[in-house]
Amino acid sequence: MSKSFRIEDLLNWLSGLSIIVALYLVFVYAPTEATMGHVQRIFYFHVSSAWVGFLAFFVTLVAGVAYLRGGNRAWDILALSSVEIGITFTAMAVITGSIWAKATWNAWWPWQQEPRLVLVTILLLLYLSYLVLRAFVEGEERTARFAAVYGIVAFVSVPFTFMSVRWWQRLHPVIFEREGMHLAPAMLATFLFSLLAFTILYFTLLLHRRRLGKLADQVDGLKERLRTGEGG
Amino acid sequence: MSYLSKVLAIVWKDVVAELRTKEMFSSMLVFALLVIVIFNFSFDLRVENIAQVAPGVLWVTFAFASTLELNRSLALEMENDCLDGLLLAPMDRSVIYFGKMLGNLVFICAIEALILPIFSVIFDLNLIRPPLLLTIFLGTVGFAGVGTLLSAIAVNTRAREVMLPVLLFPIILPVVIAATKATGGILDGLPLGDIAHWLRFLVAFDIIFLVVSYMTFDFVVQG
Repeated sequence: MSKSFRIEDLLNWLSGLSIIVALYLVFVYAPTEATMGHVQRIFYFHVSSAWVGFLAFFVTLVAGVAYLRGGNRAWDILALSSVEIGITFTAMAVITGSIWAKATWNAWWPWQQEPRLVLVTILLLLYLSYLVLRAFVEGEERTARFAAVYGIVAFVSVPFTFMSVRWWQRLHPVIFEREGMHLAPAMLATFLFSLLAFTILYFTLLLHRRRLGKLADQVDGLKERLRTGEGG
Repeated sequence: MSYLSKVLAIVWKDVVAELRTKEMFSSMLVFALLVIVIFNFSFDLRVENIAQVAPGVLWVTFAFASTLELNRSLALEMENDCLDGLLLAPMDRSVIYFGKMLGNLVFICAIEALILPIFSVIFDLNLIRPPLLLTIFLGTVGFAGVGTLLSAIAVNTRAREVMLPVLLFPIILPVVIAATKATGGILDGLPLGDIAHWLRFLVAFDIIFLVVSYMTFDFVVQG
């Protein structure tokens, strides 16, 4: 137990430091963008949040598959932890995306011009459906099984949703877009560091939430023993 | 019995049950008609060209009717423990999946076959065209493929019927988008080459989700 505590402590410090550095980079170091001005700075955290949202979903997929193969409860706790944290970051991505859209297109929700906003919102809806499912199933083992299956189905649907939303407004389908990163070197460095900082933060939160999940399980086990002890 | 005959036996069971009671069919048909009429009025008040919204209205109607059918189909299995009976039969669990999926496909297509002429009249459009029928079929396979799996999950929850739309709609969004765009393109008279990518997209979705559902169905019904 002391070994895993060290990892979490290390990650606490690492994420705290990297977020502070990222904040400095975003607000002080990165140059102000020519056309949009300071509002553009939201881009660094918006994309990072969306990235973490997708990463968390992928972790849920892997955990779900692992659970179905082995039946090990630890994987289910990991999947749920990842969803809870992923949903927070995805919600952040949606809100910052909307602010970004308002600044760029002067509309809080430009369906036509910003399909990616739609995609991230659908990701949020998938997360919410996952949590609603878990809330309404009886039995721990059954909940884990159903949630794992839904996690797999939901993740597989994401590429399809991505493609269909992207093609929605265009005449011809685009598979790989040559969206060059037209970023100044300083901006690129800030962007990559923000991605890194958010990823570290995600793993920190994930391990903490997983620890809480395991503790909750232990408490449930103790309650069960108390109950059967009294009855028997 | 061969694999195929087992699957068809399940389909046959569902079809015969439905032919005798006609309860699913009648409720789905009435529901679909009501949805079309409601849409007709709610759009009519604001939109000049009703044909513009026709693809969307069509696919929303199909999505809702499919949800009704999927719910009902699995709910019937839960009554009198019919699903347990199927699980005890000496066959691969995937037979149940394909049997139910084909049964769902047959029923939803039957309802769509009834809705199309009515829709054609209400919206004053010719909807009985081969490319459109193909699109509708591909979209329906998408609904039935993943819908059968998700309805098996939904029927085992406390919320029952309400859970299926919550689970299903975000997943089949690509199908609705692709099918609506393809339908719109066909009604606008675009050449088939222009909408072919949407049809290929639907085929890809159908295949992948049939495989995923087939692989995970066992985990859903096992307990």
